[in-house]
Amino acid sequence: MKPPPFEYHAPASLDEACALLATLENAKLLAGGQSLMAMLNLRFLYPDHLIDINRIPSLCEITVHPDRLAIGAMVRQRALEVDPNVARTAPIFGETLPLIGHRQTRNRGTIGGSLCQLDPAGELPLLALLHDATVRTVAAGERRRTIPIAQFIGGFMSPTIEPDELVVGVDFPRWPDGHGYAFREHARRHGDFALASAACLLSLGDDGRIMKVAIGVGGIGSVPVRLSGAEAILAGSPGDPVTVEQASRQCADLEALSDVHGHAAYRRSVATALVRRAIAAALDRAAR
Amino acid sequence: MTPVEITLDVNGVARTCVVEPRLTLADCLRHELGLTGTHLGCENGVCGACTVLVDGASVRSCLMLAVQAQSARVQTVEGVAGASGRLHPLQEAFRRNHGLQCGYCTPGMLMTALELLAENPTPTEADVRVAISGNLCRCTGYQGIVASILDAAAELHEHMGTRPWDP
Amino acid sequence: MGSVIVDDPVVRRTGATSVGSSILRIEDGPLVVGKGHFLDDIAVPDVLHVAVVRSTVAHATIASIDTSAARSVDGVHAILTLDDLRPVLATPRMPLAASPTGGPNKHTPFVLARDEVAYVGEPVVLVVARSPYIAEDAAAHVAIDYQPLDVVSDPRDGLLPGAPMVRRELTNNVFDDQIVGYGDVTAAFAAAKHIVADELFQHRGLGSPIEGRGVVAQPNVTDGSLRVWSSTQMPNELFNMLVETLGLEDSLVRVTCPDLGGGFGTKYLVYPEELAIPAAALLLGRSLKWVEDRRESFVSAVQERDQFWTLEMAVDADARILGIRGRLVHDQGAYVPRAVTIPYNAARTLLGPYLVPAYELRVVVALSNKVPVATIRGAGYPQGCFAMERMLDLVAVRLGIDRVELRSRNLIPASKMPYTKPLRERSGATIVYDSGDYPATQAEALETADWQHFRARQAEALAAGRYIGIGIANIVKGSGRGPFESGTVRVSASGQVSVFTGAVAMGQGLATALAQIVSDELGVAPDQVRVIAGDTAGAPLGFGGFASRQMVTAGSSVHLAAKAVAAKARRVASHLLEVAEDQLEFRDGSVGVIGGSGSVSLGELARKLRGAPGFAFPAGVEPGLSATINWLTESLTYANAAHVAEVEVDVDLCQVTLRRYVAVHDSGKIVNPMIAKGQVIGGIVHGIGNALFERMGFDETGQPLTTSFAEYLLPTATDLPLFEVSFRESPSTLNPIGVKGIGENGTIPVAAAIASAVEDALSPLGVRLSCTPVTPEALFDAIAAAREAALRQAQDGTHQRL
Repeated sequence: MKPPPFEYHAPASLDEACALLATLENAKLLAGGQSLMAMLNLRFLYPDHLIDINRIPSLCEITVHPDRLAIGAMVRQRALEVDPNVARTAPIFGETLPLIGHRQTRNRGTIGGSLCQLDPAGELPLLALLHDATVRTVAAGERRRTIPIAQFIGGFMSPTIEPDELVVGVDFPRWPDGHGYAFREHARRHGDFALASAACLLSLGDDGRIMKVAIGVGGIGSVPVRLSGAEAILAGSPGDPVTVEQASRQCADLEALSDVHGHAAYRRSVATALVRRAIAAALDRAAR
Repeated sequence: MTPVEITLDVNGVARTCVVEPRLTLADCLRHELGLTGTHLGCENGVCGACTVLVDGASVRSCLMLAVQAQSARVQTVEGVAGASGRLHPLQEAFRRNHGLQCGYCTPGMLMTALELLAENPTPTEADVRVAISGNLCRCTGYQGIVASILDAAAELHEHMGTRPWDP
Repeated sequence: MGSVIVDDPVVRRTGATSVGSSILRIEDGPLVVGKGHFLDDIAVPDVLHVAVVRSTVAHATIASIDTSAARSVDGVHAILTLDDLRPVLATPRMPLAASPTGGPNKHTPFVLARDEVAYVGEPVVLVVARSPYIAEDAAAHVAIDYQPLDVVSDPRDGLLPGAPMVRRELTNNVFDDQIVGYGDVTAAFAAAKHIVADELFQHRGLGSPIEGRGVVAQPNVTDGSLRVWSSTQMPNELFNMLVETLGLEDSLVRVTCPDLGGGFGTKYLVYPEELAIPAAALLLGRSLKWVEDRRESFVSAVQERDQFWTLEMAVDADARILGIRGRLVHDQGAYVPRAVTIPYNAARTLLGPYLVPAYELRVVVALSNKVPVATIRGAGYPQGCFAMERMLDLVAVRLGIDRVELRSRNLIPASKMPYTKPLRERSGATIVYDSGDYPATQAEALETADWQHFRARQAEALAAGRYIGIGIANIVKGSGRGPFESGTVRVSASGQVSVFTGAVAMGQGLATALAQIVSDELGVAPDQVRVIAGDTAGAPLGFGGFASRQMVTAGSSVHLAAKAVAAKARRVASHLLEVAEDQLEFRDGSVGVIGGSGSVSLGELARKLRGAPGFAFPAGVEPGLSATINWLTESLTYANAAHVAEVEVDVDLCQVTLRRYVAVHDSGKIVNPMIAKGQVIGGIVHGIGNALFERMGFDETGQPLTTSFAEYLLPTATDLPLFEVSFRESPSTLNPIGVKGIGENGTIPVAAAIASAVEDALSPLGVRLSCTPVTPEALFDAIAAAREAALRQAQDGTHQRL
């Protein structure tokens, strides 16, 4: 289980990285390496070139804007986990990050890498979808794009970006102060890939009713999804148990995969329970 | 593949070697630098036997390339005891509390524990279990390992306060 | 769970050295500083590295092997098939391991496959190169033309008429089919007041030591000798096979175990790679190293896998067992590398510590196109226990009897010990449970676990919508498998005390325990005793580590050898000091006058016994301050245990959480309580893996589905409670030191206790659990089925009322 041979490049700037990406055939970007290196060791991939972007300084910033949280693609998961600005403005990250893999993988893994890997059970893609985030990319020739997350998520482990495009950051629109949030996940063991996960953001109006709500489910289908049906049911409601239950039942129609860890019916059932629990927890937090 | 010369600080000593880019950090430590204390259990990033500290952070050295450690400060199990050979309180605690049986996962456990105690000098049992949740042990059932780390934490805290251990 | 670990009190650190005290381990010093010496740490000069090309299909003929592209990879030294190795191999086929008859037969694996492959992972080609990286590069270029043949994946399919053969050389996929039993089951069932029946599916997976297998072979072209290191649990057997298969003289071969990063039965075999690589080394005249990678271990290291049981239990009006009968189909895999033991162990040990007047189990050993099955920690005992305990719980539920009460009525009482089982060994030898109090062990476990108050807590929890449950299981374990394990104790002129044994150290503290035994006889501190285990240079005879035997066998041999050395030392010292033997004692590495100052060091005594030309030799003694004893035994000595598990089940997530775990063990005299406790806890966690997590999956084409630690789940630190372990001591009457084995015992009752607890938790839903592992998916299906059944019953009831 040793990696196959490749040429190694360690660009020191974004321009250099883009130039390499544009000119090299069969090249892979090396970010945190927690997914790529495992695949190389197993020889699932045979890239001719590895472009190591860990030395590019401009990709590691976290910036709080009035309307959004701008996170550089190379921000380590561990940095996100402990950043006080993130904790203050988007507390759902604090609840989610400790569930991602293990400390050793979070020390190296990056948010950009996670989004591009687009594992069905990936927590960060689910959070991005939940927030209607936008992905910022650059390519050689000063080409810049901002891609809405729903468009970015193309399909099973397939982000919709060009081969010569490099993800430089993700913008998470901010929710109002005091918003309710919850991330619930079920995995076989602590840190394992989620069998199912549910994430919820909501804010209450002055009347105590749900003014704005976002619910997402990951881990059960080929990509994370928004439960728009559940959101519609909850919007404007006081979040009573019957309505919450009804919203969670929307999971019954979700696409679900079967694998060695669980079959589809089981996954949907778990997702339903997790959505119910996530909504309840988010409501509880919003009320406080 | 063009070989690359790298220089890295390993356990406080500057080491230089010429490596293929695809050589993992684990294999570089073990075979280029002769530090065989870091072990390989899966080469897939799951078992944690290969855990070392890179710039103070625990990482799976099977998932890093040696070339990525250029200019980094790497700490392995061989660097945990003092230069005179005096054992670190963690190592003493592992002995006292039967924290190892075959010893294969032990270096990874020690490095993970070092990171934990550097950040959290008074961990609870639950904190310790979460910290080592990414390190597989097939011999001990973890109980001796958890006891060892808690014992070491108590000893470090009692004798050292907030000062780091001085070998 | 609390933030403080409650642990055993006694850890004597002052250097007091006696059997029975928890001295710190002598192994630990090098290990905690990363100076262990594991297989891949071995550096021999000019070594080349081997990658193994393995079958990617479960059954096929090999039409051709094209190595031309692989050969042209820069850094490749050689590519070898079976034909290339034939000049140095006496036989293309492995001899049967650990067998008195030896020799290859039509069921043993091939050293390398040639015409046919019978499982995914079967080794076919060796690639020898400058580095492991290059060897893997070249391996990818070896082109093997496989012509697919029909596959038997589920072994039961192989038993059907017209089923394809697992290997073309077979006429039958049944390796063995025989009855294990005694007494008149027909009469027993005819007389029964109640009969319960069930089908059980039991799956056990891999041993999965964190260090995989590996071989280093170093030929000496000058003198024709061969040095082999292997991460193995049976170095002497490997030696035997190397000598036999490579046609080498005994004196030219040496097999050495390095430090083992765990064994657990995975390394209790001689594998094809362990013959192929030394053969290749001889052929090429070069030192070779092979280090198994994790994916290889999943597809080619032995595992336990599937058993399909149908069972019936007959009881009388008082719920006393009258008889048990049934059938077991055991998946053996594609070859039989070692005598089959798992299903026979399971069949025999199902009886456990219970009284069973009549018994009949038909055991069918069936072949399949999967990697061969051989013993993993527990070796069939867990399956036997699970079967018995599940049937007992079924009786309890059906008859409305308390599970503990049922067991108490059927446990062999202390008054019947030593208890001769009605069942005999295959050889005809009787089986005697020599000592132990099974009801008292159970009672202690129940007391510690506060069983009697559980019902109240359970009702409280249920009222709050939580499902908690408690379960129990009782076991016996035959240990100390003979005929012997070698033990040599030697004192050198420097005073160094060394122990040589064919026993194998794999993390269980063997060296410390043997050092403690020697320490008591010779008065040297244990950390001054050097133990060399598993090196055929020091121990030409032996059997290695398996079946929880080494403390009994090696411990007894070393104890007697140390005693013999002490007797000799005393005799010579008596002569030198001119004092009667009974006036002497052993202290601080010397033999000295009790209450006096006269003494002579062990080193001086050894020097005297070394002799010198022209000088008188001590009268009446043989040269050398050493002794070799191979203590012989034909019987097993029986340990026992009782486990109580407390669980909580989240019925929405179908997740089982272990809240509490109590284990009471009786393994006779305990040499080192700290080490013994570690063995029990480690064993329990293997059992938890079997109970909840570990499933080695295959698809219907024989392709392995779980080939990494991400897919095959081992328990981690966050999955486990604190284990409350205590010991009873019923010394063995069958060996000089009163010990019984312990290495596997922790594993054996676990799946049964946990299944019992989960079922208890879900009793409001009427769930019955008859399988391992109890995965979330299995629970989901079981709960769904139970709910459906309850709904149908309610509807029927309604219908009847109408």
